[in-house]
Parts: sequence; structure tokens; C-alpha cells
Amino acid sequence: MLEIEDVSLRIDDRELLRDVSLACPGGSLTALIGPNGAGKSTLLGLMAGDRAPTGGAVRLAGRPLAEYGVRELAGLRAVMPQDSVLRFAYRVDDVVRMGRALRDLPPQEDEASVHMAMAEVEIAPLAARNALTLSGGEQARTTFARVRVQSTPVLLLDEPTAALDLRHQERLLSLAADWAAAGHCVVAVMHDLNLAAAHADHLVLLDQGRVAAQGTPWDVLLAGQLRRVYRQPVCVLPHPERDCPVVVTTGDGPP
Amino acid sequence: MATTDGVTGGPWPGRGRPPMVALYAGLTLAIAAGLAAAVSTGVVAVEAGQLLAVMLSPLEAAEGQPVAHAVFWDLRLPRALMALLVGGSLAMAGAAMQGLFGNPLADPGIVGVSSGASLGAVLVIVMQINVLGSWTLPAGAFLSGFVTTWLIYLLARPSQTGGDNARLLLIGIAINSIAGALTGYLTYLASVEQLESLLFWSMGSLSRVAWAPVFTIAPLAVAGLVLLRRQAVPLDLLALGERQAQHTGVDVRRLRRRLIALTALLTAAAVAFTGTIGFVGLVVPHLVRTVIGPGHRHLLPFSAMGGGLLLMLADIGARSLDPPNEIPIGILTATLGGPFFLWLVSRRQAAGG
Repeated sequence: MLEIEDVSLRIDDRELLRDVSLACPGGSLTALIGPNGAGKSTLLGLMAGDRAPTGGAVRLAGRPLAEYGVRELAGLRAVMPQDSVLRFAYRVDDVVRMGRALRDLPPQEDEASVHMAMAEVEIAPLAARNALTLSGGEQARTTFARVRVQSTPVLLLDEPTAALDLRHQERLLSLAADWAAAGHCVVAVMHDLNLAAAHADHLVLLDQGRVAAQGTPWDVLLAGQLRRVYRQPVCVLPHPERDCPVVVTTGDGPP
Repeated sequence: MATTDGVTGGPWPGRGRPPMVALYAGLTLAIAAGLAAAVSTGVVAVEAGQLLAVMLSPLEAAEGQPVAHAVFWDLRLPRALMALLVGGSLAMAGAAMQGLFGNPLADPGIVGVSSGASLGAVLVIVMQINVLGSWTLPAGAFLSGFVTTWLIYLLARPSQTGGDNARLLLIGIAINSIAGALTGYLTYLASVEQLESLLFWSMGSLSRVAWAPVFTIAPLAVAGLVLLRRQAVPLDLLALGERQAQHTGVDVRRLRRRLIALTALLTAAAVAFTGTIGFVGLVVPHLVRTVIGPGHRHLLPFSAMGGGLLLMLADIGARSLDPPNEIPIGILTATLGGPFFLWLVSRRQAAGG
């Protein structure tokens, strides 16, 4: 669905991404992980079509991103940003409706879709609230619902769980995994390696703009590799209930 | 089924939406009443019966009522309609600019579009430019209004985190003083008879109104409303920030060009015939938002109607506060709008925004 081929991005002599290649087929949840400044959000921005790479190609459904018009692209991919902006006191349900405002979808399905998306992330009781007065976590869930109702085959999520409590982290990523299982292509930038391990089926570990490793959580989350990339000693344990690894930091870090 | 917690996005409790039809009807009635008040207020006393009689014979004066006929058809009616059109245009332009800049403090007067447009008009007068006949002045006002809006947008472009109030207002100060300085040079160069018409630009007035400007601005105001309202959905999405608006399908660059052209057109049309009348574009959309919420589908027409009503009422005040003289209406709106603006700024500061 979304293919990244030998992508590089250079801005003012700074190489932000170098020779990144990965494929995100429909039906998969890909997590982009890596330390701060590794290029995760930059890569997601390229996938969203915010800017063109200086080398290589980003293809969506077989065509380069640059060939799509704005409206056409909005029908194919939705993007959940790291921080949500809202400039006027819209109601929460109106913010969620914005996801569908310019989509060519049957209008009679709009309300059902909006209600379902709000119920999924448990913001239905906030429907008539002024969205400017929401907490960070409530804002993130509202944005998630808005992105959800855009109903696109590709979903790009930039740190979707950063502001959420434990329950909503789990719920949101389970929802994302469900969509992936239903055939959507989901890509998420994640900081929490354990959430990534539990919900993603493909991990891409970025280090200084390059892909250090990619594969299943068991392939990528190796103690030595993480220690090298994150410059922090870790232990990797099997999850007591799920079939995935768990990463915990250990104390003998660098001074 | 979940219930609401009582804290709503507007003054309408619970899941309820404002009763739009009733509000439109109410505002229409208020405008009709305002219009009736405007045509029956003035220095020359015209009785209601006389007024009705001359209203029914627009083309020729009924016998014995030439004065009443002239007062109604040549003075009061075009003037009231002009106030309605100019107020509506300015308020619409304000609402659209606030959406474009993502900033409720944007207003054609405050950020400098009005003084930019006014500079163009003054330039046309002083340099005696006459390339488009009677359209030269509006065209000059539009062109310089357009360039000014574009310039302000480039300088005060909203960032990802939203509109930066301080920046926009500082740029407004700078643009206003630059346009003011250039207008000052032109004033210095102007001849005595030109000076009189220049004074008119700086204070704003409806006293020179005739039918020709009414017929000129009416199609512009109507076209402005229709075209702006077509951008209502993209304007709503723009509240998510430029990047996210783009992600949801808004061609932000094209939208920006259209909004700048339309706000410049509306502001320039108003400025070209009545000079700079400030604060209508700030006050009206703000009040409308507190009543019906920020959605542009209704915000734009309500602002147009509310702005027209406000300016028409302000003009009644301007004509009747110190008869037989009249106070320039720009001074009146600034007297009311200035304190409102201060209140808005201090309230936003208190709210951390």
C-alpha cells in the first residue's frame, strides 16, 4: 500500500534521512521507533506527503505521492499529528466531523461513523463540549476519532499515545491493530517500546536517519541493539501473557 | 446512552444547537426595524404618513412633498443601505480574516488592510490617476488592499501551534504606521481641494453617499458573501492548523489566495466609498461566535447581517447625537470598538491565550 524506496532527505546540509526503505502493506501495523531525533516524525511527514524526499521515492498504491491532488490524497491517507491544534471553540463532535467534511462519502453514513468513532475512544459524553477546554488526553482521543472518520485505507499516527493514560493507550492501539487486521495500512511513530511490541506486527528501528533494523518485535527488540541505538542498557524479557517481548531499562547506564 | 456534562461549546445547553431559523428571522426583523428607524431619523422632520406616501412613488415626487421625497429617496435610503452594505462587508471580511489568520483579533482595520486600501485610494486622488474612469479609485483601493493583506499574511503567518497574537498585532502596528506615513507624504503633496477629500478617508463617513456607490458595492458585497460562504468548510478545517487542514483535503495555498483576494475586495469596496471604518470586523464576528459558535457556514452570513445592522445603527447615532452636524462614523465605531478590543485582549491574556 505504502512503499518507501531508498528515501533520503537533506535540508541545509543536514541529512535527516538516508537510504530508508520499507514497505507497509495493507493489513499491517508498522511502528517507527528510535531515539529522539532519529527521524521518525520526519519519515512519517514524508509518508503523509508534507514534503518531498530529496532522494528516492514514496509510493502510495503504486503511484508517487507527488502525483496526487490534495483532495485525492485526503481520500487515501489520514494523519494524526503529534499535537492537535484548534483555533476556535468548536464542539468536540464538530471537530470529529471535520475528518469527513471534504470526503466523497455517503453523507447519510456520516453521523453513524462519527458516533461510532467517538464511542470507540470514549469521548461520546464530551460531544457538546468546547474542544478548547479538553485535557491533553481528551484532545488526542478527539483527534484520533477525527482521523478515524476520514475512513482512509492508510493511517499515519504520530505518537498517538503520548498523552494517554494506560487504559486509553491500550484501547487506542487495539483499535489501530483492529483496523490493520481489517485490511488498512497503519503506521505509527511510537516511543513506548512495549506498546509497540504488543500491538505492531512490524517494527522499524531508526537511528540517526537510517534504518538500524526492521522486522517482527522479536527480531528488532534485542538488548544489544537497543543498548547501542538508545545508548541505554536494557533487558528484554518475554511478556508473561502476550506473545511479545518486554523491554525494561537497567541501572548501570552511562554516567 | 451517555449524557452531556453540561459544559458546552456554546451557550446552548446539552446536545442542543442554536435555533438557527429563529435567529435568522430575528436578525432580519431587527434589520427591517433598523432600516425603518434610519429612514425616519434626521434633521428634516418627515412624518410617517408622508414617508409612506413618498415610498410608494419612487420615480416622481407626490404633489406637495418634494422635500420629503428628496430626503427619503436621495439621502436617507441610499445612506442606510450603504451602511448596511459597508458594515456587512467589513464584518464578513473580519470573520474570514480571523479564520485565515487563526486569530480572533484579526480585523481589516487592526492588521492594516484598511489603511493599506486607503493608501491606494489616496494615491489615486493625489496623483490624479485616471485609467479606469470612476473605477480607478475602487481599483486602487483593492489593489493596495490585496498587496497589504498578502504582505501581512507572509509576515504573520500562523505557526503550527496557532495564531500568534502578539506577532500579528505588532505587524498591524507597523503596517498601519507605514501606510500612515505614506499617506502623510501624499497629504503633504496634496492640493487644498484634495485635502478635504483626504480627511474623509481618515475618519470614515457615510455623508457622501448617493445611489451610484450603493449599486457598485451591492454586487461586490453579495458576491463576496456567496464566494466566502463556499469556503465555509475549508475555513472550518483551517482551524485545525494549516498542515492538518491539508491532510483533511484543503488545498491550503489555494484557499489562502482566495481568502486574501476576497477579504481585500470586501475591505477595499468599503474603504473606497466610505473611508476607514474600524472595529466592525472585529466586534461583530466575535459576538456572533459567542451566540452560534465558530462554524463558518452560519458565522459568515450572521456576521454580514450583524455588521450591516451595527453600522446602520451607528450611523443613526452619528447623525442624531449632535444635530445638525454629524460625527464621522469611523470615529464613532472606534470609540465603541477600541474599549471592546482592549477587553478582548485582556480577557485572552487572562485565559492564557
